[in-house]
Amino acid sequence: MATLALWILLSPLLAALITALAGSRLGRRCTHVLTIAGVAVSCILSFWILLRVLVGAHLDAPLYTWMVSGGIPFQIGFLIDPLSALLALVVTFVSLAVHIYSIGYMADDPGEIRFFGYISLFTFAMLLLVLANNFLQLFIGWEGVGLVSYLLIGFWFEKPTATAAALKAFVVNRIGDLGFILGIAMVLHYTGSLTYASVFARVPALAGRTVGLGFGWRVPVLTLMGLLLFVGAMGKSAQIPLHVWLPDSMEGPTPISALIHAATMVTAGVYLVARLSPLYIHAPDALGVILVIGSLTAFFMGILGVVATDIKRVIAYSTLSQLGYMMAGLGASAFAAGIFHLVTHAFFKALLFLAAGSVIIAMHHEQDMRKMGGLRKYLPVTYVTFLVGSLALVAFPGFSGYFSKDALIDAVGQSPIPGAAFAYTLLLLSVFVTALYTFRMLFLVFHGPERMGEGIRAHLHESSWVVTLPLVMLAVPALAVGWILFHPLLGGSFFGSSLATPVGINPLASFAHLSPWRFFLAAWDAPSFYLMLAGLGVAAYGYLWRPEWPARLAARIHPLYRLLVQGYYFDAFYLRLGAPGSVRLGRSLWKWGDERAIDGLGVNGTASRIGWLGALVRRFQTGFLYQYAFTMVAALVVLVSWALVRY
Amino acid sequence: MNPADWIEAGVFWVFGAILVVSAFRVITVRHPVHAALFLVLCFFNTAVLWILSGAEFLGIILILIYVGAVLVLLLFVVMMLDVEIEKLREGFVRYAPLGAIVGLILALELVYLFWAHALGFHGLTVALRVSARHDNTRALGVSLYRRDLYPFELAGMILLVGLIAAILLTLRRRTGIRNQNPADQVRVRARDRVRLVSPTPPRHGGPS
Amino acid sequence: MITLNDYLILGAILFALGVMGLFINRKNLVVLLMCVELILLAVNINFVAFSRYLMNREGQVFVFFVLTVAAAESAIGLALLVVVFRHRQSINVQDLNQLKG
Repeated sequence: MATLALWILLSPLLAALITALAGSRLGRRCTHVLTIAGVAVSCILSFWILLRVLVGAHLDAPLYTWMVSGGIPFQIGFLIDPLSALLALVVTFVSLAVHIYSIGYMADDPGEIRFFGYISLFTFAMLLLVLANNFLQLFIGWEGVGLVSYLLIGFWFEKPTATAAALKAFVVNRIGDLGFILGIAMVLHYTGSLTYASVFARVPALAGRTVGLGFGWRVPVLTLMGLLLFVGAMGKSAQIPLHVWLPDSMEGPTPISALIHAATMVTAGVYLVARLSPLYIHAPDALGVILVIGSLTAFFMGILGVVATDIKRVIAYSTLSQLGYMMAGLGASAFAAGIFHLVTHAFFKALLFLAAGSVIIAMHHEQDMRKMGGLRKYLPVTYVTFLVGSLALVAFPGFSGYFSKDALIDAVGQSPIPGAAFAYTLLLLSVFVTALYTFRMLFLVFHGPERMGEGIRAHLHESSWVVTLPLVMLAVPALAVGWILFHPLLGGSFFGSSLATPVGINPLASFAHLSPWRFFLAAWDAPSFYLMLAGLGVAAYGYLWRPEWPARLAARIHPLYRLLVQGYYFDAFYLRLGAPGSVRLGRSLWKWGDERAIDGLGVNGTASRIGWLGALVRRFQTGFLYQYAFTMVAALVVLVSWALVRY
Repeated sequence: MNPADWIEAGVFWVFGAILVVSAFRVITVRHPVHAALFLVLCFFNTAVLWILSGAEFLGIILILIYVGAVLVLLLFVVMMLDVEIEKLREGFVRYAPLGAIVGLILALELVYLFWAHALGFHGLTVALRVSARHDNTRALGVSLYRRDLYPFELAGMILLVGLIAAILLTLRRRTGIRNQNPADQVRVRARDRVRLVSPTPPRHGGPS
Repeated sequence: MITLNDYLILGAILFALGVMGLFINRKNLVVLLMCVELILLAVNINFVAFSRYLMNREGQVFVFFVLTVAAAESAIGLALLVVVFRHRQSINVQDLNQLKG
């Protein structure tokens, strides 16, 4: 099984390497076949491994010891349990769909071959992250996906906005990574190991310990550890206040938005928290922070989706909001619910992005929804799949999003974690917001009057099969996975010991014997269903029947509207205060620390001392061989004399 | 002490004495050719001592390879170079006392160290008798070709580099001499040298 | 009875003679090379002696490598000597102070 796991990793890596080294010589066709084959192999193997895991297979073994430093081995190893097997399958499946889709989307782009190399590399890094059995490998994969994300956001590097967005994503992620590294260092310090299994075994012993932060302020070790690791998850999964990079990342090609910035990479933070659930259940305070931050993200980022006009940005804000949901679920210690939502979200959000991409292709790379409308006539397949994705997103009963999201909200409502009541309220309100922006988008794009120019309208037609096939490929799970996975995932039989069950009240306890059908019927009793309908109604009123109404409303509450359009001024805040401050700090470190201390005393100081010493020694360099020999022998005599004295 | 020990001690002292004397002559004789010949004698004596200590293979290659190749090369160079010995001997007497003093101090210190302290090897005065069936060459070969194979290959590379370096250093391209260039000879094509022409008969009858 | 110390003392004397030679013949490059050979020989004698008295064959392997390196060294040394002589018509060490710092 370790070999299988290794090939899951290696096949996309090999494809990426060959593409990188010989892609331009192989040509487009060959690159497509190669990278898709690589990902297909790993998708099939992932499926096979998931089947094996279902019958009880388990693997937690180091494969290769990179080095041993200070008695701590740094290893590459695999942990294959239900959680990682499920995630690996989701990653490879979505990646496969995106690979196929990209043939159509990236056709005629000069960087096409580079693009395929990148996404294969991304698949490799993501799988490295998911299948890791230790923190170090997790971190390598973590940085790997970050790097590819940077490369792909800035894929069209001639566009200044794209490079700026790439830099922004990188820098913001770096802030999160700082916390993550500190967290890993703390784990290493307190448990003496980087392997999950041994870390988790030692975590309960740390439960009562505290660590001093100076000024007599002491916090529990596990809370600090959990929070630091969560800072990393915040960066990657774009939680408030480190969310600012995700909307801008839409500068990248749409398949990337689907794969990296919706389905897989951004969920790495969610995966991290779920993976570390045995640690987090001992740190309820950290869970409370995760819960509150997640629900704040879910609500406030959702609202931004209502005012965005770029179709991809709307979906990006919705991704932020859904990531907030997942985090809130994890924070409520309903880890299975968070992961369940991650899985369903991966399918329907990738579907939405790819469908949006199909719209964008049809509109000749026009992304402004105000210039679309009535497209359902022209793009029937796209419309149906987009509709499926939207219904899943708003948690319409029967669609996958309903099972995961409503279960998650339920679990938050029953959670004993501090802040759960507050989070529950926000999440319920978010349901309304989600429905509002989703249907707004749907109506603006596919219904209502056709607002596009004559030239574009004349050329409107459905995209080719390489684009629509992945849409259908993803629409099926967006419909079905909820029904299939609901009971095994939430009932607890699937994950087994890979996710920890919280101490005390288990918010998922009521799902243990609930069939998906019963849960489906329960929709009629749940407040979220009516909130969703309310969102649908408002969207229909504003964007189908009274199109002039939203603009009037925006004008009436103009300051609030501006606040939303500016994304709560987070960017402005960072640019005014955060960035100049850190530049100043960096500059003073550079001037004083680097130039004076390190360069002046260290580097140049060393050099000048050596120069001085050299000038001194130079006098001995007469060039006469016998004088050198004499010096050597004299030294030898001294050494032997010293030996005489010693013995 | 049994007779075998007597013989061993006798051989050691006799050949050791010759070794020391000839080494002394190496550094004091006037002519470099003589010095080289005394060095050869040193090596022969050393070879005897090595064979005495059971290192037959090394003793033999010391004579065959070292004396046979390296020292002959040395002799050859000394004879080939037309050096003025008298000029090189200048200052010999002046430097001799200093050299002698340094050398004596070193020798006395070392000898005292070994004699009085033995550097912790006191318990090792009795050597195991080498059995007649012990095959030193075979044992050394097993070592070299098994465990020390890579260093052995490396040593070969060092020799090769030394060979190339020595040739390259002493190679002189004199002008006015027609050298062969083997590379050109190998690379030559038939059409560079031979031109095929079809002999057409003259158009107008025979010679007029 | 010959002991390890006897061999070591012999090696020490040979070594000291080699060093002495370096001083006495400070002008003649050829003899300097010979003195280096003497010093190496002294070291090799020690190796062989240790190899015998410590019952360890590695000493002889080491001698083998020392001989190899010494052979390469003297080949290159002699080649350099020839080149030097060709340039200066002399092998006087006192003429060779180009490396003066």
